[in-house]
Amino acid sequence: MALIHSYRLSEWCSNGPILEEDLALTNFALDMLGRAQALLKYAGEVEGIGHTEDDLAYRRGERRFLNPLIAELPNGDFAQSMARMLYIGAFENLLYTELLKSKDETLAAIAGKAIKEIRYHLSHAADWVIRLGDGTAESHDKMQRAINDMWTYTGDMFDMSSEETKLANDGIAVNTISLLPSWNAQIGKVLAEATLTMPTDGYMQSGSLSGVHTEHLGHILSEMQYLQRAYPDASW
Amino acid sequence: MQSKPGANYTHAGSIHASDKNMALQNARDTYTRRGEGTSIWVVPTSAIVASNPDDNEMFFDPSNDKIYRLPTFYVMPEGAKAI
Repeated sequence: MALIHSYRLSEWCSNGPILEEDLALTNFALDMLGRAQALLKYAGEVEGIGHTEDDLAYRRGERRFLNPLIAELPNGDFAQSMARMLYIGAFENLLYTELLKSKDETLAAIAGKAIKEIRYHLSHAADWVIRLGDGTAESHDKMQRAINDMWTYTGDMFDMSSEETKLANDGIAVNTISLLPSWNAQIGKVLAEATLTMPTDGYMQSGSLSGVHTEHLGHILSEMQYLQRAYPDASW
Repeated sequence: MQSKPGANYTHAGSIHASDKNMALQNARDTYTRRGEGTSIWVVPTSAIVASNPDDNEMFFDPSNDKIYRLPTFYVMPEGAKAI
């Protein structure tokens, strides 16, 4: 999720509403890229067949990406990007807070570094959602629409595979399903302050656990992986 | 911006913001990306009282022609090793 969300945020580079926000979003993208690098490096080590973080980022097929769908959705307007960052940020804040207690020392160490960044990203997104929701009639409408549009993609962040359940039971991974009530409460609090209406639970998109994505991930990967696909082992 | 605890604050630059919180975040995101600081003050431009360039002669010139204002004007007393 960090890698794909990072990619989307990096697309704001030179397109931010103001220079300060442009810098903020691209810095968040770099924070997430650093986290993705640490996670993928460790994943390669655990896998044990010599894959580096670059192999896993730039030479992995689409069906082997298991990121939640919400990360790959197009940026849309600024309100949509902030709604997404709020939903993901609140989730990651809970997830990484739990990961700090992981029995796996590497995961706990990565979480220790990431949690500081995540808290900042979350507070940045929450501030914007409140500012726009409780702003003008137009900004309120756009923010509400963004909150509603992204809602159906929030469910699969909490889905768990049998492998994850096993790792969670062993105290290594996190039981994400158990994070849902806290996530709902946090999102509800922000939306109430933003004078926005919390969407009601309805149909949730899913598929990321089995690598079934929206049509958008393929487009991301075709650009992100182009260089290593066209010129394998290129370096500079 | 304060580079480390105890150091003096130096001006880092200007940012746009619509409220205090946003100003602090924008300052952080714009000016502390490479570990430049550990503390930030933000001040609304409207709260700054500035000298007028037209007053520069009155304000600043008088200090330039009195060399006895500078420590180098004074001869170090012999034997005063601790100065």
